[in-house]
Order: sequence, then structure tokens, then C-alpha cells
Amino acid sequence: MSSTEAPETGQHADAHDAHPTPREYVHIAVVLAVLTALEVSTYFVDFGALAIPMLIVLMAIKFLYVAGWFMHLKFDSPVFKRLMGTGLSFALVLYAVVALVTLFDHAPSV
Amino acid sequence: MATEAATTTLGLDHRKLGMWTFLGSEFLFFGAFISTYLLYLDATADGPGVAIFDIPFTSISSFVLLMSSLTMVLAHHAHTKGDLRRMRLWILATAGQGAVFLGGQVFEFSVFFREGMALSTSPFASSFYVLTGFHGLHVFVGILLLSSLYVLSLTGKIKPNQSLKTEMIGLYWHFVDIIWVVIFTVVYLIPEIAVGS
Amino acid sequence: MSTSTAERTGYTGRPSRRDGFVGWITTTDHKKIGIMYLVTTLVFFTLGGLESGFIRWQLAQAEQTVLTEEVYNQFFTMHGITMVFLVVMPMSAAFFNYLIPLMIGARDVAFPRLNAFSYWVYLFGGLFLYSSFLLGGAPNGSWVGYVPLSTDAVSNMNFYAVGINFLGISSLAAAVNFIVTILNMRAPGMTFMRLPVFIWMALVTNFLLLFALPIIAVALFMLNIDAVFGGQFFEPATGGDPILYQHLFWLFGHPEVYIMVLPAMGIISEILPVGARKPLFGYAAVVFAGAAIGFIGFGVWAHHMFTSAIGPVARSAFALTTMFIAVPTGIKIFNWVFTMWGGKLRFTTPMLFSIGFISMFTIGGLSGVTHAIVPHNAQQHDTYYVVAHFHYVLFGGALFGLIAGIYYWFPKVTGKLMSEKLGKVHFWTWLLGFNLTFGPMHLSGLLGQPRRTAVLPEELGGTVELYNLLSSIGYLVLFGSALVFLYNLIRSLRSGEASGDDPWDARTLEWLTPSPTPHENFHTIPTVTHRDEFWHRKYAEDEAGKAIRVPAGAAEDHDAEASHDEHIHMPDPSYWPLVQTLGFFPLGYGLAFGTFWLIGLGVVWLVIGTYGWIIEPVAEGDDDDPGELTPTSTGATAGAASH
Repeated sequence: MSSTEAPETGQHADAHDAHPTPREYVHIAVVLAVLTALEVSTYFVDFGALAIPMLIVLMAIKFLYVAGWFMHLKFDSPVFKRLMGTGLSFALVLYAVVALVTLFDHAPSV
Repeated sequence: MATEAATTTLGLDHRKLGMWTFLGSEFLFFGAFISTYLLYLDATADGPGVAIFDIPFTSISSFVLLMSSLTMVLAHHAHTKGDLRRMRLWILATAGQGAVFLGGQVFEFSVFFREGMALSTSPFASSFYVLTGFHGLHVFVGILLLSSLYVLSLTGKIKPNQSLKTEMIGLYWHFVDIIWVVIFTVVYLIPEIAVGS
Repeated sequence: MSTSTAERTGYTGRPSRRDGFVGWITTTDHKKIGIMYLVTTLVFFTLGGLESGFIRWQLAQAEQTVLTEEVYNQFFTMHGITMVFLVVMPMSAAFFNYLIPLMIGARDVAFPRLNAFSYWVYLFGGLFLYSSFLLGGAPNGSWVGYVPLSTDAVSNMNFYAVGINFLGISSLAAAVNFIVTILNMRAPGMTFMRLPVFIWMALVTNFLLLFALPIIAVALFMLNIDAVFGGQFFEPATGGDPILYQHLFWLFGHPEVYIMVLPAMGIISEILPVGARKPLFGYAAVVFAGAAIGFIGFGVWAHHMFTSAIGPVARSAFALTTMFIAVPTGIKIFNWVFTMWGGKLRFTTPMLFSIGFISMFTIGGLSGVTHAIVPHNAQQHDTYYVVAHFHYVLFGGALFGLIAGIYYWFPKVTGKLMSEKLGKVHFWTWLLGFNLTFGPMHLSGLLGQPRRTAVLPEELGGTVELYNLLSSIGYLVLFGSALVFLYNLIRSLRSGEASGDDPWDARTLEWLTPSPTPHENFHTIPTVTHRDEFWHRKYAEDEAGKAIRVPAGAAEDHDAEASHDEHIHMPDPSYWPLVQTLGFFPLGYGLAFGTFWLIGLGVVWLVIGTYGWIIEPVAEGDDDDPGELTPTSTGATAGAASH
């Protein structure tokens, strides 16, 4: 059995206690639902220039909640956090640069 | 194979470490599709653009997928308690919500198609269909995994003390969910607002 | 020692034979899979080499038409694809397979069946690509597959898009496997800073694969969809951007260069200290430089696109990053040179090839730096100068290193030595042939000879013709040299001199076990207390810091009477990786020709294969049967590998 399941055999019982309870999971889900409602509201209500920054922040919060709580990143080994962080940051940086370069190439070129 | 060492070097299960390693690379996969889509927002070749989206409809299916993450994590929780019966119930709920989401996507595609947006209409259409289609494929694989988990737990192949297997499928499922969290905002909401204003 | 062969019960049977043909095709043993990888790469190397032979024949003189343009284009495209994806990458994978578990003190990789899966996908991906010759012509749009040419049916690039994606699936599965193995299966005491440099480079390479492959997968999917299913991703007429393909391709393509060369760097970092009888100079610097190369390697892709529309800002930025990446590479070269400095050099064949690597790779690296200079780059772009450059890096670099590895670890795998005499003939003719072939290309390129052009134009003049003739003569030397190598391999395999367990007086863990390696790798998993553990078991230092040989027997594991671990569970063989991966054929042809029922068949096949894999009975003592474990062994299976 994996060490993550070892708690059942009583080896790292305290580590397991840190895991959330179903009640907490439901709380998180309610928060996520409210955030989604906020997101959708931007379609019906005009937030002006605020709308896009707000949507990005809401997206990031939802992302972190699901990853942190449902995927247990908050409670699990930091190795997993690093693996995900590396992939995510590579993706963000590389594609941002591609987008930037592609925007530049619309300017007159040599 | 079994190792003779009391624990693995990092004290982590190989399979879980492997799953996370794989998920790390999946960000690059979806990232490429999403960036392509963003680059092609205007490349509609006089065909339908982002105005074609039905935001209220997509909001509902997005919400269903988001809530399936809750039932997934509850299934895992039940499995860690050794409660296979409740685990199966939550697994079924998760797979059902996934199926609803997938049905919504098929419906959405067919509506768009009838409104004149085919794969070959424009770079915008291609990138939209392929991005959301690959996400849908991931959801479909997830549903297959969940139903296998359901059946194999009935046959006794998956035992009450093997919650790792539920956890692994859960990781995959949540990953598919957070990718949709990004897609919903970046692909649907933001372009819609940017065009609408 | 008891290698368990208990009855397996379950839904399907599971093979138990470890010998014979069935033993090979069902194997999950990393050593056998490594050997299969190597043999397969040698076959593809022959094919790729023959293709380049026709290219050199055509270009030996101006205005020759030995081949039609169509066939010429197919040959240079398949030559590139073969050498990159079917030879150098999988040959590195062969070394990863055989050596990673042995060098970190493990009995197998983390996912043995996934490992077999990787091999079969690689083999079938290669066969799929080569089957295109019989099905309307091989891809002819070059290994980079630039759009819009490659979305045109005339280029046959649908086979390329699908085939390379399959090879990517193989490498991605292998990358996950090797990363988990290196992170999670090290012997007790094998900390990161005690890892052999080859393992470090393997780790960096596999992370590069992990993050670069999804990008090319996306580019190839888009290419496939454009070419076969009417997608518009790269169609300028409807607003698609062909430059986007170049970005995605080189986002993968540049890390790919390091994916090919870092394993070879790791190999020579193992061979040089052994050949010089001296620890590697600046271990930490070599490791750091390797990781830095991997990291910066993601930030230089656009230097392949200086003549594309990317704008002056991007050109300047990428020119700078490209110059930066020469720094860690330079650090490594200095470290290798200082490793040899003052050492008691033994010029064995692996050592000669390693030194060949350093010198040839340095030339290739230097011509690479010239590409960083944008105006210079614009002159060189798509000329034979570039061909010369990357052959110095990939042939003079990667391939020299990999061949050094073959000579060095041949005794480990077979228990026999390769002939040193033939090895030296091989090395010197190889070095001569290599430089004769690719050296003149620098000059013919600078004089304006374009690459990917079927006929050498007469108007380039007699000098360029002479250089091309020299290149073609060089090819013949290489061809002869390769035959010497092949003869040496076969002869040594049949009647090579017995090598003993430690023919090179080596330093790392793989030589601790008998040669050829026993099925379970180590009778007892060693506990590691030093970097270069094996050396420290053999030698102590006197006051002056001179190495003194410890009395025989101190290197305990050579003693056959040493205590053995009990209950060694080795992974069972399995049919499923082979059966499942056969489904890639219908899937592949379906995707290449746009035939939906074939795609469906392939997908269903793969899914059924996955189920076979899941419900296949697993070894006793594996976590699938935790109830059967005795209390004492419960702890022992914590984190057990998946079957």
C-alpha cells in the first residue's frame, strides 16, 4: 500500500487528520458555486473595464480552491505542488511569449 | 513489483507521483490549444464569431462539471473510510454529471453547426472545436475510468483499502475540471465581454 | 533468494515464461526492453543511413538525377525523421532503460508494463512511418513539416503528423516512468548529489520530454486536422497563421536538441572519470550546467525562425538567450577537459569516442553560436552550413557519445568485451569519415549551396562541386566504418573475450553486480554512502590522498556467497502492452486517411487493451492483494511499484 494510505494502518494518523471533512468539502463547493455565479453575472451586468480583471481573479481563485482542496495539494507532499507549478508556469510563460511575438509580427517587419 | 525498501525514496506512491508528473505536462497541452484559440479570436473568415456562444447554457453545464468535483472528492473520502457502498454512489453521481456536461457539449456543437460554424469554417471555428473537443475527450476518458472503478469495486477487484485508485482517478477528474474553469473564463466569458463592449 | 512464480489467478492468464521468443515479446524487464530498443535503433539507423547514401550519391556531382525530386525529398525527410525520432532519441531511451535502475540501485523501473508499452509504441510508430513508402509515398516536407506545404496532400505529411505523435506518446510514457523511477526508487543513501551524472542528465532529459512533447503533440494534431479533416489552423486564406506552427514546432524542437544531446553528455561524464582514473571534475557544476541547459533550452526556440516574420524585438531577445545557452555548455566542456587533465588516461575505445564527442561537439557548438548573430543567421539560413552545424552536434555529439556508451556498457550487458582493435579501427575511420562528410559542408553552405534541394546547381561553381564530392567520399568511409562496427558487435557477441564483472575498473553501482546482469539486478540492494560508490568500495585513500586498493572481497556483492534478499518480486511478463499497442495501427491509418471506422476500431482496441491491462492478475505481494500479506511484509510493500 502506498504511504498515503498508510494512515489506515495507523502509521501517520496525524497527517491524515489534516485532511478535510465532507462538511468542509461542501463549504468549498458552495464558495465555488458563488464565485461561478459572480462570473456569470458579468454577462448580464455591465462591470465596465473591471469585468475582465475580475473574471481573471475569480478564475484564479476557483482554480486554486479546486487544486488546493479537492486535489489535496494543500495537504499533500510539496513534490506534487512543484510538479504542477512547473508545468503551469512553463505553460503560462512560454505561451505568453508566443502571443507577444505573434503580436509583434503584425508590425512592419524587416 | 515490490520494493524491498521500507518506503520509496520520497515516501510517495509511484502511481500518484506518476499521475502528477503526467498532469504537469498536460498544462502545456491545453495551454497550446488555448493560446491558439486566443490568437484566432478574430480569424472568423466572415463566419460566426464569439457572439455565437450561449453563455447561460454553457454556464449551467460548467456549473454541473464544477459540482462533479465535489461528488468526486466525497467518493474518495468515502473510500478512505472503507465505505465502498457510499463511494460507489458518489462515483455514479460524478460520472452522471460528467455525462450531463458531455451531452451539453454535444448539443452545443450541434447548435453551432446548424448556425453555420463547421470545423472547416475558419481558424476560429477549428480552434474552438478542437480545444473544447479535446477537453470533452478528456471528460469522456474520465467517465470511462469512473465507470470502470464502479464495476471493478463491485467485482471485488478494487478493495476497501485501495482508496489510492479512487484518489488517482479523482486527481485526473479534478484536473479536467480546473482546465474547464480556465476554458469557461478565457474561451467563453472574456471574449464575449470584449466583443460585446 | 526466491523469485516468486506463484500461480496467478484472475480474469485472464498471465505469461510466465521469461525465455524464448514469447519471453521477449511479453517481457517487462527493463534490461530486455533496453536491449530491444538498442537493436531496433540499429535497424532504423541502417535505414536512415542508406537514405542519406542516396542523398550523397545524388549530390556527388552537379546536375545529377539519380533520384527524382519526389524520391529525393522523401529520402531527406525520412532520413531526418529516422535519425531524430527513430535512432538518437530511442537509443538514449535504450540506455535509460538498461542503466537507470542499475545505477540508482533498483530492481526495475517504476512501471514495468508501461515501459514495455513505450517500446512497442516506438516500434509500431516507426513501422507506421515506414509503411508510408508502400501507401502512396513517404512524407516529403522535411522533418520540420512547415505549413502550408505540409498541409498540402502532395507532401504526404499526414503520415508524419500521426507517426511522430505516436512516437511522442511512447516518449511521454517513458518520461513519466523514468522521472518516477529516478525520484522514487533510489537505493538507500543515494541522495541527489550522489547520483551518477548520467542519471542527472536522464532526469533533465525526461523533464524536457515531459514539457516539450505536449507542445509538438498539439502542433501535429492541428497539422493532422488541417491536412486530413479540413481544419483551418494554418490556412492563410481564412486568416490562419503559418508562423504559429513554426513557434509550436520549435518550442518543442529546440528542447529536442538537448533531449538528444544531454544523454550523450551524461554517458561521457561516466566514461571520462573511469578512463582518466580520477573523479569527475566539478560534479556540482556539471549537474548544474545540465539543469541550466534544460531550463534555458526552452527560451531560445525563435532563433530557428530569425528569417520568419517575428519582428526585430523578438530577434534581439532570442539572439541574447541563444548566446547565454553557450555558457553552461562551455562549463561542461571545461569540466570534461579538467577531468582528463593530470589523469592516468587509458585510451580505450569508449574513451576515444568520448574525446571525439568533446572535440566534435565543441566545433558544432561554436558554429551554433554563429547562428545567434542575426545578420549572420540570415546568410546561413537553409544552407549546408546549417546542415554541417547540426550534424556536428547530433552526429559528432550525440551519436559519438551513444557509441561510446555501447562500447562501454557492452560488457555489462553481455559479459564479453568488444574487440579493442576493431574498435580503434572503427573510431579512427568514423572520425575521418565524419569530418570528411560534414566538414566541407560548412564551406559549401557559406558559398551558397541551399539545403533540401534535389539537384546541385552547376552555377555554384567547381569549388562547391569539389566539396560535395568530398562529402560523398566521406559517406563511403563512414559506411565502411559502420560495417566494421557491425562486424565487431556480432563477433564480440559470439566469441568476445570474457570481460569479468568490472573490466574498466569502474566507479558506479551498475558494475557492482555480476556481468551480464542477473535477472533481479542486485542480490542485495546496496546501501550507498558515497558518490562513485563502487570506487569507494574498492579503494581507500592513504595519507597522501593516493588510491589504495582495498583487499579483494571488500566489494561485497561480487561474492556469490553474500546474503541475498528474500522474496524478491520481479514484475511478471505481460501480453497486454503488445496486444494493446497493435491498436495504434488502425488508429494511425484512420487518422492519416480520414477513415472514421478505422479510427473507431483503433480506439476500441486501445480501450479493450487497457481493460486487459487493468484486470490482468498481478504478482502475489503486490498491493492488489494486500489481504494476503503477512504482517512483516506490510511495511515492505509501502509504495510498491505498480505491477
